[in-house]
Amino acid sequence: MIAAIASGKGGTGKTTLSAALASVWAEAHGRPPIAVDLDVEEPNLHLFLRPKITRSETTGLEIPVVDPALCTRCGACRDLCQFAAITILGDTPMVFDDMCHGCGGCMAVCPAKAITPGTRELGVVEEGTAGEIAFLRGKLRVGEAMSPPLIRAVMHRMERLRAENPDLAGRDILCDAPPGVSCPALAAVAQADCIVLVTEPTPFGIHDFKLAVEAFTPLGKPMAVVVNRAGPDCPSFYDFCREADLPILAEIPDDRAVAKAYARGTVLPNVNNAYRALCLGLAASVAKLAGEVRHA
Amino acid sequence: MREIVVLSGKGGAGKTSLTAAFAALARNTVICDFDVDAPDLHILLDPHNTVREDFVSGNLARIDPAACTGCGVCERHCRFDAISQLPDGTRHVDPHLCEGCKTCVVLCPHQAIAFPPRVCGYAAVSDTRFGRLVHARLDPGGENSGKLVTLLKKMARELAKKEGLDCMLCDGAPGIACPVISSLSGATLAVLVTEPTPSGVHDLIRVADLCDHFHLPAAVIINKADLNPAESGRIETFCAEHGYTLLGRLPHHPDVTRAMLAKKTLPEYGGPLADSVAELWGAIDKLARTYARPA
Repeated sequence: MIAAIASGKGGTGKTTLSAALASVWAEAHGRPPIAVDLDVEEPNLHLFLRPKITRSETTGLEIPVVDPALCTRCGACRDLCQFAAITILGDTPMVFDDMCHGCGGCMAVCPAKAITPGTRELGVVEEGTAGEIAFLRGKLRVGEAMSPPLIRAVMHRMERLRAENPDLAGRDILCDAPPGVSCPALAAVAQADCIVLVTEPTPFGIHDFKLAVEAFTPLGKPMAVVVNRAGPDCPSFYDFCREADLPILAEIPDDRAVAKAYARGTVLPNVNNAYRALCLGLAASVAKLAGEVRHA
Repeated sequence: MREIVVLSGKGGAGKTSLTAAFAALARNTVICDFDVDAPDLHILLDPHNTVREDFVSGNLARIDPAACTGCGVCERHCRFDAISQLPDGTRHVDPHLCEGCKTCVVLCPHQAIAFPPRVCGYAAVSDTRFGRLVHARLDPGGENSGKLVTLLKKMARELAKKEGLDCMLCDGAPGIACPVISSLSGATLAVLVTEPTPSGVHDLIRVADLCDHFHLPAAVIINKADLNPAESGRIETFCAEHGYTLLGRLPHHPDVTRAMLAKKTLPEYGGPLADSVAELWGAIDKLARTYARPA
């Protein structure tokens, strides 16, 4: 099972919840999870799970390298490129590495076979363990604009790990997704069996939550809601969830003790026994939510 | 001209609440919401007289099922896993995954793939009680957030020029990639809002690093500073060591949520935070003037 923890608005508690679920998953289900940080721009899950990193691999995007001796200056690559990443300036073929989306089109259309694959560093994919929890994350290189290819690289690594390692094959996967509702968020939830949306019942939280529901609903995956910092009276929010048929799996109260624990890097189940019980209940609900698609 | 961009790396640190508060205090300013993915500034600023234009950016591959022979050339060349086979053998493009690279269009041996322009959202200019607001919305699941930010920047600069405004106050997106990088282009000062939590500090360092990468001066506000005073102290040390101006601290205070629920900015809501944000804005404006460029 793969569960994605997502939200429209940032700072609503995705990482808090991902870390909390990862921490109690073994107790709730009898097997430890694989915790995956797909918020590659600002990965934070490691700050709460404190994994020991055992492997780190640089990941690149395939970009063109032009051999000026073979290039006939025909301009086919320039005419195709939709991202203004390759051109001929004067008599010199030029590649603007940062603009390239890595589509490979220029290499496919070059009649002189003058373009070969090079690479632009996207960031690193790291793996390790936090106790029994297997940990995986991507970390975008500062200055790199495109995060979806690195998100996809982390997910490919996750699949390979499960395929190669019998111990990991049967484990459930918990993915901490990036905020927002555009391409990075969609790339991160693409393989999930279910989506858990974390929101807070404030005007900003509710507005962005509705955007997230609009963005993720067409994917046809089971979705449910965790309300964080519950407290402000917001009947319209609960009406919206009811009408959209989105079950509310848990409500975490707006409690300064939780905020202070978070500020110290403490995971939610360790705040007190009531939160531990809440997290265990939530771990059961999330597995059930994912099961709805498996048996559908 | 001063172009001030408010960023934080981490979401939920307080960018939008503070940008709205500064908007209430700024004079002669175009207000911009560059968080085109999940824009929230309009919730507090209540825009009206909105003039919208479609944001058309890039194109989308679309296979004509009648012309497709099912040869699979397009699927083999697509690097974005956007093309899949339908039960009848023909291919289909998933619009959420297509990046509009046109490779499949030119390689299709039967010219079966059309390439229409795609509407990805809208850009808008509105009036608010604090002046003009340039804002947008990217369609959910949309592409090209960076290009939309670039379009908004151009609109805001033109508006400033036309109306004789000498400041742009911009709410940025979370993260450090596409839309954030676009929002930094041509900016004169980045204001980084952080919080003394492990995530807040970690993300501050990455977004500050990004500002350095683009040689943009950065100044820091520590929000919710009392949640972890020791960590706040470490942020101050970090700023001093790296040459980022520390603009000030704000406490973790329920008035931020109360003001939001009342759809008011902090200066309008009043209370203890109103004076603090006025001091912060004074410090930002003074600093931004030292980096201002000729209009």
